Amino acid sequence: MSTSADEFAKVAAKASGGINVTGVTKRFGDFVALDDVSIDVPDGGLTALLGPSGSGKSTLLRVIAGLEQPDEGQVLISGENTTDRRVQDRNVGFVFQHYAAFKHMTVFDNIAFGLKIRGQGTGKIRERVKQLIELVHLQGFEKRFPNQLSGGQRQRMALARALAVEPKVLLLDEPFGALDAKVRQELRTWLRHLHDDVHVTTIFVTHDQEEAMEVAEQIIVMNDGRVEQSGGPRDLYEDPASEFVMGFVGPAHRLGESWVRPHDVEIRHEPNGKTIEALIDRVVHLGFEVRVELTLQDGETFSVQLTREQVDELELKDGQIVFVRPKSSRTFSPDGTVPATVA
Amino acid sequence: MGLRAPFGGEVLVRGTVLMWLSIIVLIPLGAVVFRSFDEGAGAFWEAISEPEAVAAIKLTVITSLVIVVINALMGTLIAWVLVRDEFPGKRIVNSIIDLPFALPTIVAGLTLLALYGNDSPIGVNVTYTKVAVGLALLFVTLPFVVRAVQPVLHELDEEMEEAAASLGASNFRIFRSIILPNLTPAIIAGCALAFARAIGEFGSLVLITGNIPFDTQVASVYIFGRIESDNTTAAAAVAVFLLVLSVVILFALNLFGRWRSRHERG
Repeated sequence: MSTSADEFAKVAAKASGGINVTGVTKRFGDFVALDDVSIDVPDGGLTALLGPSGSGKSTLLRVIAGLEQPDEGQVLISGENTTDRRVQDRNVGFVFQHYAAFKHMTVFDNIAFGLKIRGQGTGKIRERVKQLIELVHLQGFEKRFPNQLSGGQRQRMALARALAVEPKVLLLDEPFGALDAKVRQELRTWLRHLHDDVHVTTIFVTHDQEEAMEVAEQIIVMNDGRVEQSGGPRDLYEDPASEFVMGFVGPAHRLGESWVRPHDVEIRHEPNGKTIEALIDRVVHLGFEVRVELTLQDGETFSVQLTREQVDELELKDGQIVFVRPKSSRTFSPDGTVPATVA
Repeated sequence: MGLRAPFGGEVLVRGTVLMWLSIIVLIPLGAVVFRSFDEGAGAFWEAISEPEAVAAIKLTVITSLVIVVINALMGTLIAWVLVRDEFPGKRIVNSIIDLPFALPTIVAGLTLLALYGNDSPIGVNVTYTKVAVGLALLFVTLPFVVRAVQPVLHELDEEMEEAAASLGASNFRIFRSIILPNLTPAIIAGCALAFARAIGEFGSLVLITGNIPFDTQVASVYIFGRIESDNTTAAAAVAVFLLVLSVVILFALNLFGRWRSRHERG
């Protein structure tokens, strides 16, 4: 895990803005939400905290924001130790899954809130809010109340509100989690573009690996209150450090002792010594992609991803007996933490 | 779309409801109004502007307004503690809130008399004073604001407060700019109900206030006295005044609710 890239990120984060979390532990009663977690987020980067629910990713984000106080460890923002600083004094922008819109205020007043707190003049506030409204494409909605907006619009308003105070870091807690699939897709792309324009150090929490891979430059995978692995989307997919990451980042199936991605399996009609016999349960056409669902002799099921041409060429049909062989696979040590072999 | 009465049935259902409301509410109210104008508008005006009646109405309305303000503050505070605080015995305190509502008002009056009466065990005697009127009204109106604010506070999205804090708002600022505006409608609704209850209160007052005309006699006791002395027009006139006041409050509350639901919520 401590590759030279990680070391570089650490140095870069310390030198400029960025966020360093070292040795943070957080307990809620008997439950250990964060167990000695350390992460480094480079200045101006867009980083995803990825993990299943209960993995501690949201708690970590709240600790960075100051909404939660860690039991141990420290948080550095732009090289400054902010561990004991109140959330009010950290200058972070926080965006919540359920928007946390001030529902008794108009869109304008929502976005202007942080500026008013800072005692800025009316003219200045008006100008800044206007810019932000344009940035999040909410022109014409200034006088609306949050309940007159769609979920996507509310979240864009919440983003503008957080950006208004020019935060050092922007923290997004499952920002698209409450939206339907189509809007979620739009907002992902939009957030990516927004980040290219604004360049504020951003961390967003998600349980959706596709979302993390699409939006983030760096992904930190969390499980059980610990960091499993961090790295670029491609590193995680191609070089997972543990069984958990293999299974969580992208699809993977266990085939005997090893793990294999569904597109890394060869299907043939004749055995060649290295293959295992399997029964085709179903051939599912998903457009360009075809998913072949198989059952092995020991009753284990898994699926293989092929293109339409490959399926046509092999003339695969439901109920056929075929022979499969992993083109590449990974094996982990018995406790599932260390990659043993790459075949 | 929900369940509807079968075809033709809705007329029957609607008719029954209207008839019931008429028998129970509308016709008696109409009768009072009618009775108050029995001897013409002049007599009505004379009855309502009689100094003793004016004094009783003034005392009732002013005391009610004062206790409503106290209720707004204390009721919100109690609701706050019951929702946001954890302490042993919280459930018991929570159920005590409804006691003044469940207690027969005459029993409430007796309770207050026992504590603040002539032989008060704590040496505080407020009987036959305006303080007694306020005290009794505070006792019976305690639940209204508490019970109106409690669910709203419970449902209040705490992430709104966290968002405000992350934008730099102090705790006081969060209360003033985020929490209070969201509670105001509930506080107002609770106050309106408390006020409506207070202007008509009888049972808890009749024992402890002494019912001294021009001093501690409230409107409802005045009405009772006029009926006793067979002056039904005077009684009905003051009754109609209270009725109109109540209707105005309900109407205002309704308008306020409608105005509010146009934005906010959701």
